[in-house]
Amino acid sequence: MTVTAESVSNALELDKVESHLHPEGSFDLADHAVPTGREEVWRFTPLKRLHGIHADAPLDGDGFTVDVVAADGVRAETVGADHELRGRSGLIPRDRVSARAWAAARNVFLVDVPAELETGATNVTFTGTGGESAVAGHVVVRVGAHAKATVVLTFVGSATLAENVEIILGDGAHLTLVTLQDWDDDAVHHATHHALVGRDADLKHVAVSFGGDVVRHDTSTEYAGPGGSVNMLGLYFADAGQHIEHRLFVDHTAPKTKSHVVYKGALQGDGAHTVWIGNVLIRKVAEGIETYEENRNLVLTDGARADSVPNLEIETGEIAGAGHASATGRFDDEQLFYLRSRGISEAEARRLVVHGFFTDLIRQIELPELEEKLAATVEAELAKNVLKGLI
Amino acid sequence: MSKLEIIDLHVSVETEDGPKEILKGVTLTINSGETHAIMGPNGSGKSTLAYSIAGHPRYAVTGGSVTLDGEDVLAMSVDERARAGLFLAMQYPVEVPGVSVSNFLRTAKTAIDGEAPKLRTWVKEVNAALEDLDLDTTFAQRSVNEGFSGGEKKRHEIAQLELLAPKMAILDETDSGLDIDALKTVSDGVNRFAEGGEKGVLLITHYTRILRYIKPDFVHVFVDGKIAEEGGPELADQLEAEGYERFLKAAAV
Repeated sequence: MTVTAESVSNALELDKVESHLHPEGSFDLADHAVPTGREEVWRFTPLKRLHGIHADAPLDGDGFTVDVVAADGVRAETVGADHELRGRSGLIPRDRVSARAWAAARNVFLVDVPAELETGATNVTFTGTGGESAVAGHVVVRVGAHAKATVVLTFVGSATLAENVEIILGDGAHLTLVTLQDWDDDAVHHATHHALVGRDADLKHVAVSFGGDVVRHDTSTEYAGPGGSVNMLGLYFADAGQHIEHRLFVDHTAPKTKSHVVYKGALQGDGAHTVWIGNVLIRKVAEGIETYEENRNLVLTDGARADSVPNLEIETGEIAGAGHASATGRFDDEQLFYLRSRGISEAEARRLVVHGFFTDLIRQIELPELEEKLAATVEAELAKNVLKGLI
Repeated sequence: MSKLEIIDLHVSVETEDGPKEILKGVTLTINSGETHAIMGPNGSGKSTLAYSIAGHPRYAVTGGSVTLDGEDVLAMSVDERARAGLFLAMQYPVEVPGVSVSNFLRTAKTAIDGEAPKLRTWVKEVNAALEDLDLDTTFAQRSVNEGFSGGEKKRHEIAQLELLAPKMAILDETDSGLDIDALKTVSDGVNRFAEGGEKGVLLITHYTRILRYIKPDFVHVFVDGKIAEEGGPELADQLEAEGYERFLKAAAV
């Protein structure tokens, strides 16, 4: 859907900046009651499967190993919880899990890219070792002014992780940040990302979620100055019983800023559930901005459910463009017929359609080694269900 | 030598008011080396015949038979029919986002032949086929039918026809929506295919103009789900002069 003059004028009548969709944050745990599941922000989430991290379960575990391959000139290491960069993104916990993780984190994993350094990919792999206790994590990625870098955070193994991730881009900085959830089946991962995008800086934020029992990511962005640009890409594949939730909030806090959000997901198997919430707020000050958000879901089997809710709040009429789109559908019979009428088997036709569904998105990530990995992972996911019995 | 034999074919579609019979007993034999034209007014069931032979799930065959060289086509799945040697050039080719023409053609060729084509000769073949149809080589990198113009879609269908080289080609209104240059280009492609030897063509059209470029051996007039009249190329000339009114009146009686 493209925003029409009418829907813009309706949105202009909103008199409140903060809605229930993006509540004011607080570091004080007392401000975050234990959710019951009836709250707007929790209503899609299976609280019972969060192992109590949303309530009072201890976050004192340390069941992780960290492997780091840092690019030249990039500092990537564990530092103290009192590090000066902590909190610099402006992250203020918006929910109880985030507030608890903030309070419980004993250290910070810092990736620091000095100003004006142009460098390759820094890969950080967190491997959950399946400890009894839930873990509080805190990551800070800071890219100095006019630097250019790629950071890939990969999560594998088994864990219950409550995590805050701060992303800070200096003026004119370029960052591709990938968070890749390739967990074992029993993992729980609750993450709160907050990005502060400097003047004329460019952030590509990529969230890929395949594994885990419950993955719930809440990602927000604000701009420190005009001209900043954010490109948020998401790819997810939910299997039977899996819950994958992405909540996005782009807060256009400065003029001439851009945001472009595309998330695509596939679902298969009984009880596979995905949630995508795309909130965009265009503040009065944010004149001349451009925003577009899109979510597409491909439901591959019966028994799976995709929730998709785009929201756009506009406080100024002086914008360059704003739109959103959401679509959830099944295999298109006409596509399958067309491919099969050329001799292509049903299994191969389904495989082509699903790869095609993700292809454009994967290409936009522009990291060749990750592209191959994602194509292979999509293939492995398909083999589990969609192609079963067909090949 | 191949033979596509359609005998007393009855086909229905589901409608809100229950099943509706579209084909009411169609009998037609196409031998390789022959080009047959089926002409008829809108709604006469021409496209239904094409899609029923290809196996589209929307159409339920309620009687009759279709065989290719004695094999029961109706018992085959959609892709088995294609591998057996049938090809349907569609009136409205379907978009498949994210799947490149090049990947699609290679996958189809591999499926039809039962083995992957030799890479070096295959790329040359594809480029030649695209060039013959006035499609430049960057075309192979585009997603199947996505953003194609009407003419590009039809030329892409004929490029597939030439590359996949089936025994029998069914062309469903391939001429519709084409300007005269594109019509000639597409017709040249069909003629190259037909002259490749041992090939049969069933050309379904509403208009006679494509028959100036593709010469049919037989013309069948299709009205109300049946063949109303059959003849040689002269029947097409007669239709061009008189239109379908005579047949429509006869059907209404």
